[in-house]
Amino acid sequence: MSTFQGYRRANGSVGVRNHVLVLPSVMCANNVVDRIGRAVPEVVIVNHPTGCSQVGADFEQTKRTMAGFAANPNVAAVLVVGLGCETNESKALATEIAARGQRVAVIGIQDCGGSTETIARGIAIARELVREAEQHQREMCDLSELIVGTECGGSDGFSGITANPALGYAADRLVAEGGTVILAELPELVGAEHLLAARASEPVAAKLYELIERVEARARAMHVDMRYGNPTQGNIAGGLTTIEEKSLGAAYKGGSTALREVVEYAERPSERGLVVMDTPGQDIEQLTGMIAGGAQVVVFTTGRGTPTGSPIAPVIKVATNTTMFERMRENMDVNAGAILDGSQSLEQVGDEIFSWILDAANGRTPAAETLGFGDFAINRIGPSF
Amino acid sequence: MPLSNDGAALRLKDDDDVAVVLRPLEQGDAVRFGETAVIAAAAIPSGHKIALRAIPSGALIHKYGQVIGRASTPIASGEHVHVHNVEGTRGRGDLAEAAS
Repeated sequence: MSTFQGYRRANGSVGVRNHVLVLPSVMCANNVVDRIGRAVPEVVIVNHPTGCSQVGADFEQTKRTMAGFAANPNVAAVLVVGLGCETNESKALATEIAARGQRVAVIGIQDCGGSTETIARGIAIARELVREAEQHQREMCDLSELIVGTECGGSDGFSGITANPALGYAADRLVAEGGTVILAELPELVGAEHLLAARASEPVAAKLYELIERVEARARAMHVDMRYGNPTQGNIAGGLTTIEEKSLGAAYKGGSTALREVVEYAERPSERGLVVMDTPGQDIEQLTGMIAGGAQVVVFTTGRGTPTGSPIAPVIKVATNTTMFERMRENMDVNAGAILDGSQSLEQVGDEIFSWILDAANGRTPAAETLGFGDFAINRIGPSF
Repeated sequence: MPLSNDGAALRLKDDDDVAVVLRPLEQGDAVRFGETAVIAAAAIPSGHKIALRAIPSGALIHKYGQVIGRASTPIASGEHVHVHNVEGTRGRGDLAEAAS
């Protein structure tokens, strides 16, 4: 059984990082959050254009994403900064984060009497949370505590031959040891859903088909061919012709084990093993959704190359081809192009990815994290009013 | 997953209509799988697909042993198979308009 050194949180979950996060409840607090982050470089911050004038399922999804992200066990404590009149009321958000067992503080710009005072109080609270977090120690944890998000971005004709099957091999090893693997990007399962459904119970398969139909219904409502946006121009330049072809290659990321559960965007899986999450194919919204659903580590395969990282989770980059791996060496961690060069087998690259996941859980920083890249975006499913 | 004799292309399942080109092909280059040869009808970039047999317009096209689309024109053996001669069969909201 594999183990790693993680941070056991009060609610029992296990983190692989020990961040203090400063989170705006609404976009109006972004600048204040930036200033707090500049003054206290030990914290991580996010900015986003959401949190006001939202209703219904769209608002619920935004709240669920923020609370889930803030409660990810890679985060030791959270400071929520609100404005005071926003739809996404900051104290209610803090209450939701606390209900998930997370240490949380909250301040509002209107309550504080302006930005200068909010920044000053925010800096003091952030410093205190950092001091508290420094007390946390890593301890031995079982691999079954890990949720690993899988993602492909900037796919090409090699994705489905090298990096994605190698990641699938690593995913099978994780699941065999009791871990959880998230396969997402629903639009990029259109045309491959029958292969996953065949490995699922009847209700799980039904939910998967329902979500796939939701994607195609959106294309019908807009009277568009999905191919004008996905596969993207870069995917097409890389040799991918249709969404079905892209999907068949993308589905390999999840490996070959039974599909246990299908969850909504940013929803935490209740089952271990292979889980599908309903996210768009858009890289940053997908990344954020999986981490808000509890993923502590993400493995991201890419053919065209991308620098994407998360502010709170290590994102391991796997190149599908050696040419791009060498051209964008600073942004890549593993070269699955070695499979085509004949220098490594698919299983060897899969083992290398598996080792990288354990190393990252123990604290090794992949390229995107070393470079300090922290992407964050919440998937919107309704308009702003 | 059979590689072509010189390793320039990969056919993912035996009955696939296409193979993935692993290094750029020039027009006239031969790709052989055992005794069967196809001649590249044009230059084909790495990562792209070459037709292993003639595919009539409207026929489904298979890769990984699965359907990846439908021929939008007749495709000759050895042709570059891509967006200019293949359309998707899924996510086609544009066709819903005609039906409604």
